[in-house]
Amino acid sequence: MSIPRAAKKPATAVEAAALFSFVLGLADDALVLGHRLSEWSGKAPMLEEDIALSNLGLDLIGQARFFYAYAGEIEGKGRNEDALAYLRDEHAYTNLLLVEQLNGDFAVTMVRHLLYAAFMHPYYEAMKASRDARLAEIAAKAEKEMAYHVRHAGEWVIRLGDGTAKSHARAQAALEDLWMYAGELFEMGESEQALVRAGVAADRCALRGTWGNTLDRVLAAATLKRPADRWMQTGGRAGRHTEHLGRMLAEMQVLHRAHPGAVW
Amino acid sequence: MTAAPADSPPAKRPVQENAENPYIGLARAHRIAAAVVDPEIPVLTLEDLGVLRGVEWRQGQLVVKITPTYSGCPATQAIQLAVQTALAKGGLPDARVETVLSPPWTTDQITASGRRKLQSFGIAPPAGKKSIRAMFGEETVACPKCGSTETRRISEFGSTACKALWKCESCAEPFDYFKCL
Repeated sequence: MSIPRAAKKPATAVEAAALFSFVLGLADDALVLGHRLSEWSGKAPMLEEDIALSNLGLDLIGQARFFYAYAGEIEGKGRNEDALAYLRDEHAYTNLLLVEQLNGDFAVTMVRHLLYAAFMHPYYEAMKASRDARLAEIAAKAEKEMAYHVRHAGEWVIRLGDGTAKSHARAQAALEDLWMYAGELFEMGESEQALVRAGVAADRCALRGTWGNTLDRVLAAATLKRPADRWMQTGGRAGRHTEHLGRMLAEMQVLHRAHPGAVW
Repeated sequence: MTAAPADSPPAKRPVQENAENPYIGLARAHRIAAAVVDPEIPVLTLEDLGVLRGVEWRQGQLVVKITPTYSGCPATQAIQLAVQTALAKGGLPDARVETVLSPPWTTDQITASGRRKLQSFGIAPPAGKKSIRAMFGEETVACPKCGSTETRRISEFGSTACKALWKCESCAEPFDYFKCL
């Protein structure tokens, strides 16, 4: 994908490295969740939902491509989208642990999606003001798409939570199981904090209230209980993953690794 | 996931027409690119859709700027290829298609004629973009076949990234709705 618009060049190698890992993290989040959603293709509970999940996955993979292309340019070592997506191992991936969790049942998929989208929608909204022109324009595009993600996941969580005793129990269980992965949404390492101070990255912590409000509205309508705050999992941004990511990557990368450089 | 190289080398020789009068070539290139049809909604041209963001000469190479509708829209690559093919057939080979993200595309950029074509093709044109902000809000969409507003949404997602699936309660026809972005 050729996007020539030059962003402001990072002044030092340290700044470039910080920007690279920040953009790569956003790319990995979007790709891993996009791939997870694609696993539903052909076997979702009903045709409309099969199409919906594929569409949502496609949005995320499209966003990931924009971020990977930009990350590759920042790095300047000739790695393109494919190299970054297909030729990095598990520990080089820095996505949130939340997005790599297994699809589970439909409730798990929808609760996972709600936790992510309810954060990413306002996050991209904030990123539109980034002083990095390229990130601002990717965010402006993604923000519009994420509005649909929040709505879709929200509607399903309500339907499941406020549905039958069985669907309610499963939705509540999904929420309890995934809650410990939500803390990472608000985590920022030192280099990301520097990018926040430079006006390049949005402050994740500042969105805690917005995220919580969206969630509370949905959970109230869904008659679900918000889990109590507790110890949160961490490590995704440092490349320490749950057992699920490696298997996912093995499947996602096998074709490209078996036929290096092959194109459609 | 393989994409065109980020920076293709400029063509060695400028296109003949350009050498004589760059403006004639450019206007023609614009007309050709504007008339390319969307592979998934073949009644709409790129101009109707509002995704053509300009045509220019850059270092002897023709550059066509296109903005994607959705980040992951699979038609984007098909459109790039269709534009290059159409230009080559029109005597303007070696054109480069460039993706432009800013300002982001919205359904408001579909032209009036594009909206009419959608309607007559059986796809309800987008209502208005503020409607998606309301988390629990429902849009009012008129049936493109009978005009009734007694319609209901079956799924927010349809056969392509840009469409939702609706059904008319009056004439009982299911129909596509070009959803707002």
